[in-house]
Amino acid sequence: MPEFLQFLLSGITVGAVYALVALGFTIIYNASGVVNFAQGEFVMLGGMITVFTYAAGLPLPLAALIAILATAAIGVALNTLAIAPARGAPVVSLIIITIGASILIRGATQLVFDKQLHRFPAFSGDTPIAIGGATILPQSLWVISGAFAIFLLLWLFFTRTLIGRAVLATANNRVAAQLVGINTNFVMTLSFAMSAAIGALAGVLVTPITLTSYNIGLAFALKGFAAAMIGGMGNPKGALVGGLLLGILEAMTAGYISSQYKDATAFIVILVVLFAMPQGLFGSKSTDRV
Amino acid sequence: MSLLQIEGLGIDFGGLRAVNDVGFSLKPGEIVSVIGPNGAGKTTLFNMISGIYAPSRGRVVLDGEDVTRLPPHLLARRGLSRTFQNLQIFQSMTVLENAVAGHHLHDRGSVFADLLALPASRRRTRASEASARALLDRVGLGRACQQEAGSLSYGALKRLEIARALALKPRVLLLDEPAAGCNAVETEEIDHLIAQVADEGVSILLVEHDMKMVMRISNHIVVLDHGEKIAEGEPAAISRNARVIEAYLGAQATEVQNADG
Amino acid sequence: MIMRPSNKVVTLVILAAIILIAPIFFPSSYYFRVGSLIFVNGLAVTGLVILLGYAGQISLGHAGFVGIGAYACALAPVHLGLHPALAAILGAFLSAVIAFLVGRPILRLKGYYLAVASLGFGILVSMVLSNEAQLTGGPDGMPVPELGLRAGLKTIGIDLSNTEFWYALSGLVLVVGAWLALNLYDSSTGRALRALHGSEVAARTVGIDVAHYKLQAFIISAVYASVSGSLLALQNKFVTPDIAGFLHSIEMVTMAVLGGAGSVFGAILGGAILTTLPQVLTVFQEYEQLMLGLIMMLVMIFMREGLLPAIARRLRGRGE
Repeated sequence: MPEFLQFLLSGITVGAVYALVALGFTIIYNASGVVNFAQGEFVMLGGMITVFTYAAGLPLPLAALIAILATAAIGVALNTLAIAPARGAPVVSLIIITIGASILIRGATQLVFDKQLHRFPAFSGDTPIAIGGATILPQSLWVISGAFAIFLLLWLFFTRTLIGRAVLATANNRVAAQLVGINTNFVMTLSFAMSAAIGALAGVLVTPITLTSYNIGLAFALKGFAAAMIGGMGNPKGALVGGLLLGILEAMTAGYISSQYKDATAFIVILVVLFAMPQGLFGSKSTDRV
Repeated sequence: MSLLQIEGLGIDFGGLRAVNDVGFSLKPGEIVSVIGPNGAGKTTLFNMISGIYAPSRGRVVLDGEDVTRLPPHLLARRGLSRTFQNLQIFQSMTVLENAVAGHHLHDRGSVFADLLALPASRRRTRASEASARALLDRVGLGRACQQEAGSLSYGALKRLEIARALALKPRVLLLDEPAAGCNAVETEEIDHLIAQVADEGVSILLVEHDMKMVMRISNHIVVLDHGEKIAEGEPAAISRNARVIEAYLGAQATEVQNADG
Repeated sequence: MIMRPSNKVVTLVILAAIILIAPIFFPSSYYFRVGSLIFVNGLAVTGLVILLGYAGQISLGHAGFVGIGAYACALAPVHLGLHPALAAILGAFLSAVIAFLVGRPILRLKGYYLAVASLGFGILVSMVLSNEAQLTGGPDGMPVPELGLRAGLKTIGIDLSNTEFWYALSGLVLVVGAWLALNLYDSSTGRALRALHGSEVAARTVGIDVAHYKLQAFIISAVYASVSGSLLALQNKFVTPDIAGFLHSIEMVTMAVLGGAGSVFGAILGGAILTTLPQVLTVFQEYEQLMLGLIMMLVMIFMREGLLPAIARRLRGRGE
């Protein structure tokens, strides 16, 4: 049983990160209908920029803040330079653009920084806390509570603020939103900024545990996408549940089946979800109009 | 003996009854029109009959066989083909290729023969091309063969869709607003074409907003409103039907009456 | 309307002419080596043209099939005692079977979902190749036996250097591959693929079994990728799991869209450009990912149909 609990705890930790990546997918998908395959790179950037600003002598919180802001700026640039000009392009083109962006960011990071694995110190030390025979790192608690805090804040933002409601309205019907005077371009920019910042924050939180390197983004993108799909693409609640589920499944696979093939979990989950319940746990069913 | 029989057909979208309990039948060579105000469920009905939507209730019977929920490509094999209200053209193919693609069921063969361009494969393509040219001539697009389909005018695309649908050599043809966006001359041509095709024994199910055309060429009319059948009968009877006029209140009501007069 | 000489003939003649004439201008083993790399990549990309250009279905995992073809040539001679040429055929067959099994479920997906599912498949293959170290040598790779055909040619009086041989063989296979793909274009199957690319719903209503044809395109392109992998492994005489990796899949897609995924010649051109660039610009090595990403984005934003159609349009525009 302690073994199970141990796997569960590590599953929830990594699942919280997947949930944040999935949330990033969801925000952009809702605002623009685009699935941004560069989403995982935001996580990577968050970690990498913090590593290097921290190594340059800045205090960790400031380094993290800079990383999050810089990543948000990169997200906005991605929208302005690549996504917005390609509005109305076929899905295949959009896929190639965002995959291209992902490779571009990877390549640039590798040039600007390096190809090594990095970490920075955990926020509250590395002494494990014992829970019922299992242990959890203090940093895991940071990751989990950070993820929940973001989900709570976002929920408040979407339901309690005017801007948040404007974003929701745009997601619902872009043309109608424009007609009632919502600046949908601003909504797009905001969505990319938020999505990138959330990804970067996930990267900052998780780097002390999993380390970071220029090429970790793709795995996060794949898993974040899987998580978003489990919950139903476009549904924030689904992103949270999907992320946690995927994290736990993956930890159990690694623990009980094979740690080498734990990364295959996401792929299997994608296939199972697609065929068993294409609309996910919380998604709504849609019918193609002809 | 009816060729196509629709019985109690209905579909719900998320609890909303889009179409409910619609039934009618088509005899060989008969032209039946489905009319009704916008949003009455005409295209949805077409989508159910042609296998694009799976109906929630009811049956579609084609020549004695229950074909409800059969996918479109299997319906095509049984001789049912259609055109679309919002054009579904193969944009990046030429006009000729679009019409040739309609011959798929007649020219498909082994993929290996196609890869190796074996004589059998080339012969199939040549036969389809000859037939496609004849069909394009028939709809007045004979000279546009090599043009990219995307470059045609709206009216020409409508005719190209008809040619493509005819390429199947269908027994039942569903035409969704074939004359929409066409000028008076083009409409008359399409009108003529439909009558000709019906004369050859093809049953035609038509959705059309041009009431004059509907009244002129239909043998039978089915009227939908809010997803339900509110009337059916011969054109003359329909244009006098009080419920139909009520459903069409406004601009189109006068259209119906004018067409009658 | 002027009668154009058939696209197929023009493409094949130009392609064959380039392959035959290039050695006159570049008569060194280095150029033969680059040339054969171009042909091998061109072959894989030609397969993608059928899938992406004709049928409009994306795959971000086709390097998985390249890997299967490559490792078949490394493993089958050692473990099954097969001749390397037969191993390549076995690899192609295996790729076809796997494409059939994987394609059936994932081709029901569209757009983003298909992209992710195919990406996942590619990653799975490279994961297996890296992890099953006792069989594949793991991330360090493994040697591939000599094809042996060159020695055979020598006995009948054709004496080619190693690089000359691979140039000729890859060139020949590419021409055959291009010929098959061009045949397909103008056939019933090719029209069905292009039709479902244009409008799936209309394709269905003219009787095209969309799932069946997508699967055929997927299998054919998998065989192309597999053969390209076999050729690559046999001429390098060594193979690592990178050949099946994500980056290689992305390279293939980039080659296809750069030249123009709609045409065989365009795709081969894209393959040639992306294969040559790292040779010409040594810095490209370091900047490879950056450049790949940039090319993908720029092409899709500014000339979605790819280089060749864009050039063709410009030329036509000037002519009128």
